[in-house]
Amino acid sequence: MSGCVRSRSVSLPPFESIVAEHGAVVLRVCRAVLGPDDAEDAWSETFLAALRAYPRLRPDSNIRGWLITIAHRKAIDGYRTRNRAPLAVAELPHEPATSDVYELPDAALEAAVRALPDKQRQVVAYRYLADLSYREIAELVGGTEAAARRSSADGIATLRRTYAPEEPE
Amino acid sequence: MNPLTALPRPDAATLDRLHARLVDAAADDDTLDVAYRTVDTPLGSLLLAATPAGLVRVAYESEGHDAVLSALATKVSPRVLRAPSRLDATAREIDDYFAGRRHVFDLPLDLQLAHGFRREVLTHLRDIAYGSTASYSAVAAAAGRPTAVRAAASACAVNPLPIVIPCHRVIRSDGSLGGYLGGAAAKQSLLALESAA
Repeated sequence: MSGCVRSRSVSLPPFESIVAEHGAVVLRVCRAVLGPDDAEDAWSETFLAALRAYPRLRPDSNIRGWLITIAHRKAIDGYRTRNRAPLAVAELPHEPATSDVYELPDAALEAAVRALPDKQRQVVAYRYLADLSYREIAELVGGTEAAARRSSADGIATLRRTYAPEEPE
Repeated sequence: MNPLTALPRPDAATLDRLHARLVDAAADDDTLDVAYRTVDTPLGSLLLAATPAGLVRVAYESEGHDAVLSALATKVSPRVLRAPSRLDATAREIDDYFAGRRHVFDLPLDLQLAHGFRREVLTHLRDIAYGSTASYSAVAAAAGRPTAVRAAASACAVNPLPIVIPCHRVIRSDGSLGGYLGGAAAKQSLLALESAA
């Protein structure tokens, strides 16, 4: 009974507040998983699809989880299969001070994330940028919660190897 | 420590550009149910909100713009986006009105927030000319219920489109101002503006 009362009294906030609160996180996830070129299209596709579906969303839903699910299903998964361009691990700035990009640790980390295998990259982004639980992540990428946890640990171990923040001089 | 903390954060300009792109895509997709913006006036910031049918809400700051937007999300549709460019014409007419250059608003209106007799009253308020006033009982009579003076007054008090639908031109029979949702001072300013022209 009380559940019925609650669902009638809680209503959805204006969609504008959803964009304001979660727009940056979703863009960071899209950039981490897809790279800068496809990220903005993925963001736009995600938020338009979310706007369409929004009136039917349960007001007590986990909004960020819902948005990442849409991004994954509509955009990220699609882009991944459409553009399976091999990632250029060799371009990673391993050698200090020779590459412009190495002067920007952020860009170096971005490149290191981009070099992870698809599944690890998604799991790491969903866990550490979107703050989803491993159970939610497993529902998105398939497999068990334990497997998602392992992918994340493997991805982070690789990042620790391939990415070293610039050393103070 | 979160190993991805150092990843770049999107800057405000990028997010603004994506927001504008979303507004355009939503309009093309017929899913921009409520567009809104604010406009600065001598009476403070006014919230303007429109559906595809027309202007649906004008709100004074004192009403709480966030509260008004939440009410629109509940009563009209939760598909509410800040979309200044879609209300440029409306904002321009408001500017012109406060500058004394415009006496009649030429905007499509959506009266879906008013029902029954209240809606009838609002329709007739538009017949009160710029610079003139009418009494609550005259308004009740014009709306077809001469004895419903109180109901006419409350229709004015909850007018969803103040300024554009000129409820400020309705005053008491004894000449005193009566109430106004933007406050008595705002009502006085609007009447002074119109009598100066």
